[in-house]
Formats: sequence, structure tokens, C-alpha cells
Amino acid sequence: MSKKNVPTARTKKRWDRDDTELSLLALPTTVWYILFSFLPMFGIIIAFKEYTVSSGGFIQSIIESRWCGLDNFKFMFGTGDIWIILRNTLGYNILFIILGIVLPVAATLMIGLLHGKRLAKAYQTAMFMPYFLSWVVVSALVWAFLSYDMGLVNQLVVNCGGEPQQWYMKAELWPFLLTFMNVWKGLGYSMVVYLATVAGIDRSLYEAAVIDGASIWKQMKFITLPLMKSVIIMMFIMAVGRIFYSDFGLFFQVPRDSNSLYEVVTTLDVYVYKMLKAGTTGMAAAAAFVQSVAGCITILIANAIVRKIDPDSAMI
Amino acid sequence: MAKKKMDLDGLEKFNRVSNGSNAILNLIFILISLTCIIPVLLVLAISVSDEDMISEFGYSLIPRAFSPEGFLFLTNQSEMILRAVGISLFVTIVGTVLGVLLTTLMGYTISRPNYKLKGFLTWVVFIPMVFNGGLVSTYFVVGTLLGLKNSVWVLILPLAVSSFNVVICKTFFRQTVPDSLIESAKIDGAGQFTIFFRIVLPISLPLLATIGLFLCFSYWNDWYQSMLYIDDTTLKSLQALLNDIMTNITALAANASSMGISAVELAANMPKESARMAIVVIIVLPIACAYPYFQKYFISGLTVGAVKG
Repeated sequence: MSKKNVPTARTKKRWDRDDTELSLLALPTTVWYILFSFLPMFGIIIAFKEYTVSSGGFIQSIIESRWCGLDNFKFMFGTGDIWIILRNTLGYNILFIILGIVLPVAATLMIGLLHGKRLAKAYQTAMFMPYFLSWVVVSALVWAFLSYDMGLVNQLVVNCGGEPQQWYMKAELWPFLLTFMNVWKGLGYSMVVYLATVAGIDRSLYEAAVIDGASIWKQMKFITLPLMKSVIIMMFIMAVGRIFYSDFGLFFQVPRDSNSLYEVVTTLDVYVYKMLKAGTTGMAAAAAFVQSVAGCITILIANAIVRKIDPDSAMI
Repeated sequence: MAKKKMDLDGLEKFNRVSNGSNAILNLIFILISLTCIIPVLLVLAISVSDEDMISEFGYSLIPRAFSPEGFLFLTNQSEMILRAVGISLFVTIVGTVLGVLLTTLMGYTISRPNYKLKGFLTWVVFIPMVFNGGLVSTYFVVGTLLGLKNSVWVLILPLAVSSFNVVICKTFFRQTVPDSLIESAKIDGAGQFTIFFRIVLPISLPLLATIGLFLCFSYWNDWYQSMLYIDDTTLKSLQALLNDIMTNITALAANASSMGISAVELAANMPKESARMAIVVIIVLPIACAYPYFQKYFISGLTVGAVKG
């Protein structure tokens, strides 16, 4: 015992009872990681196979399936769809990243200015609500507004003397609507992160600024925002790292799988799911492979940048 | 202390925006808050509206005529609804307990500085944060290789652990459980099992609450696993049921031919709109009532996660 308390932890230590017990404690979770995280990583070779299901189960099927090199990829990139889908995935993500930072930060700064702190808390609670709803529920909520014959929006249109519209077929409208839904669902959540940062700022900084005659505007510009900078950068880079992934629920559930919207709402996740369910496993696997690999590279790059800016916040 | 409070009040007073700006800001936040709440109120209103009024005038925020039809219809279908509620509750409770256990176990072991396999296990946790097998191979591994398709465990196991939560646990244990506490327990002859379950977990209740709530909400709200792996109608959770009904309202009737009348007849007479929204209400009501009280744990979880170690 006493030997271990000597602060030369670097020296090689023998495997002791402690290690055995800790290993036993970690065993269930390690098994979970092997089954649910690492096995699928090896399954990624399906992308280079012409996957056919055989009687012997999954491993047998993989072994017996014919290697087809890059055929799946050639086929996938041969159809025009994939380019539209990549455009959608990246486009929506860029838009969501910008709005997902600007709006919550603005809301955070604004809510701090309110006179009534109780009211501010109430607003914050109300704005947090959408975060706790699943996309299936949100899809039902949106339906209540946009349904052709019963929706609230069409009632309003008719009351104003207009013609009812088939909202689920208006492709030009959906990029805005999806962006709105994304902001709506995430605003309260992101605000919480920024509010926590603002709450941690030393009050004496503001006192000093007030004594020097700084206006509220100047205090925001020279104290609050600079001190929020590192959190903002972190959130930004984390989001950029996930630029090849999208929120499946938003793009699949909210548009209710409407065919007229295919070109504006299909992202990589939705495409992979649809291909998989349609039985075109090769294409699905190829698209999933692109997503995994491109996603991995962007996350690593993002992490490298974080490490340059703020080594404590980096993942590795 | 009193002086400090006076100073702060002074600062508050000095930093007050004008009453006009305050009114405008309040107005903005009232609008945003309403946008967040009104959809839920609308659904609540539809669920208690009279079906004939809905088909004549459409949905409305204030019911033109109240009717408990939607909920009554669901109680008539009680076998299916109760089973769905049962599945949802089972998955949420078992999943949360299992998830908290697996997550904290891993978080604790990789937070021990002298543990021999610490480096290795940290990589085991870290790699999935960066790389994953993608949907296709996960689908085949979970569904076929592990044989979980159409089993209730497919709703529980794949969501139990996330590396993000493990890292939160690790950071929390490193910061709040002093090494000296563990060393002294060891000197008293306690093994790592005793230390973990009798010392570390009891002093980490805020962490357990945070992780537990994150898991609880994600299990209750999950429909994706059902959509991927569950075809068996007896294993549908509430969310999965709603998902089916959103695409085809008659699914509610087709599943329930226990009442002696044919599914077609039932489908023709059922209060479709209010029944559909009644299910939404059953899903949302517990969450809407619970989250204001649990908010602070989410907030503390987010702030712990922001400080990585």
C-alpha cells in the first residue's frame, strides 16, 4: 500500500488486486462497446461487397458475398441523387451552424437585460420545452398547422380570402420551415449552455466597467462577448465536426416522407435509411461509408483546430 | 456580505435598460415562448374537441365543442394502448437503470489514475466518438448477428451507453471524489466493488440524476429503434404507435379487432383526429409536467460536460 502512495506513479507498477477488480467493474461496459460499437465498425466492409443474405447469418453472408471493389460507389455517384443529397446535408448544416450560434447568443444577451428575473426564468423554461419533444411528436404538431383540410394555417389563409394550399407539396417553402423547426427545437437548449457561461463571469468586471462609464452595449461588446468567445468557438467547431450528419427525425418525420419534397429534404441519413429499407443494401452501405469516413476526418480536423486554440477543450 | 449585496444592487440599478426597451424585450420573449407552447396547447385542444366540429371547421385552438371521444376511443382500445404504455415504461425504467450503471462503471474505472488498463479503456471510449460503423452495418450487426430484431432489448441496449456521458462521469469523478477518500477506504480493507457502490455512487447523486434524466428522456422519446427493428405490433412503444398512426390513422383500428366489429367498420366510425392527438397528449403530458422541475440537472450536466478532463 505505502509503496503506491509514493508519487512516482510513472514507474512501472505491477498488476495487483485493484487492477483485477477495476477490470471486472469495467467488463460489462467493455462488452457493450465491443458488441454495439466495434463490431459495426468491421461491418463497414459491406460497402465493398455485393451483399447477399445467406442462410448462415450475418458473418456467413459477408464472407460469401462477392467482392465488388468500388462498384457500389460508382453506382451511387452515377445517379444524380447523391450530389443533391450531399448539397442538402452540407447546406442545411452550414445554415444551422450559423443560426444555431447567432440566435441563442443573441437571446442569451437579451434575456440578461430583462428587469424581472422571475419572468426571465419563465421564458427560459418555456423555450426549453421543444427540446424535450421527440420528432414524431413535433411532426404531429406541425401537421396540426399545415394539414390541407384541417390545418390552422389554411384556415387563416381562407379567412383572409386566399386559396388553401397543399403545404406538404410546396418544395420552395420547406428549406425555411425545416430551418425554423431546427431553431425552434434547439434554441432553449443552446441558450442554457451560454447562460451557464455568462453566469460564471466575474461580476467585478462589470462593476469596474460601470465605474469607468461603460454603457450596457459596451459591457456586452468588451466583457460578455469576449468571455463567451471560447465556448462559442467550441460549439462552432463541434458542429462543424458533425457536418456530414444530420438530424434524421427533422428531415424524415417532419416532412412526412412527402415525394414532392424529396429534392429539398433528403439528407445523407435519410438517404441511407431509405436505401436500406428499399433493399438496395450496396448503395446504402456505400453512402454510410462515405458518411462515416468523411465524418471521422472532419471531426479529427475540427479537434486539431480546437487543440490549437484551447488545448483543454480538445477531445484528444 | 451586506455591503457586497448593496454593491450588486447598485450595479443592477445602473445597468437597467429603459422601461421602453424592457417592454420590447419582454414582448419578443413572450412571442418566442408562445411559439414554443402554442403547438402543444393546440394538440391538447384537438384531443378534447368534437370530431364532427373538426371535420367541418378544421382544427382550432379553442375547441368549438368539447368531447372526450378521443380519449374514450383510446380506453376502448385499452389493450393496445396499455401495452404500448407498458413497453414505453419498461424500456424507460430498465434502460435508465442499466444505462446509468454501465456509464458510471466505465467512467469510474477510467478515472482511476493508477489503473493499468486506463489508457486502453480510454481509447475504447474515445474511438466511437470519432468513428462509427454507420447505419447499414449497425443494422445488420444488431438485428441479425446479435439477433435482437423484434426483441424488446433492441429498444434498450443500443442506447444504454454513450461516450459523451462516460466522459462526463469520468470528469465528475476526477473532480469531486478525492483520491484520499478512496485510499483511506482501501486501507480500511474495502475492495473496489465496495468502494464504487458504497462510497463513490452515494456521493455522486447529482451526477446520477443528470445522467439518469438524460437517459430517461431519450428512452421515452425514442422511436428510431422501433422503426428500424420492430415489426411485431405487440412490441410497439407509444412513440412507435404514434409514428404508425401519423402515417396511417387506421392502424389504430386495424390492430384492434377484439371488439366483435370489423376493423373497417371501426375505422369508419372512430374519432380519427382527436384520437391521434390524444396519443400525442399521453406522450407529452408527463414530459411537460416533469421537465420544469428537472431543468437544473440538465443544466448542471451541460456545464460538467463543457469542462472536459
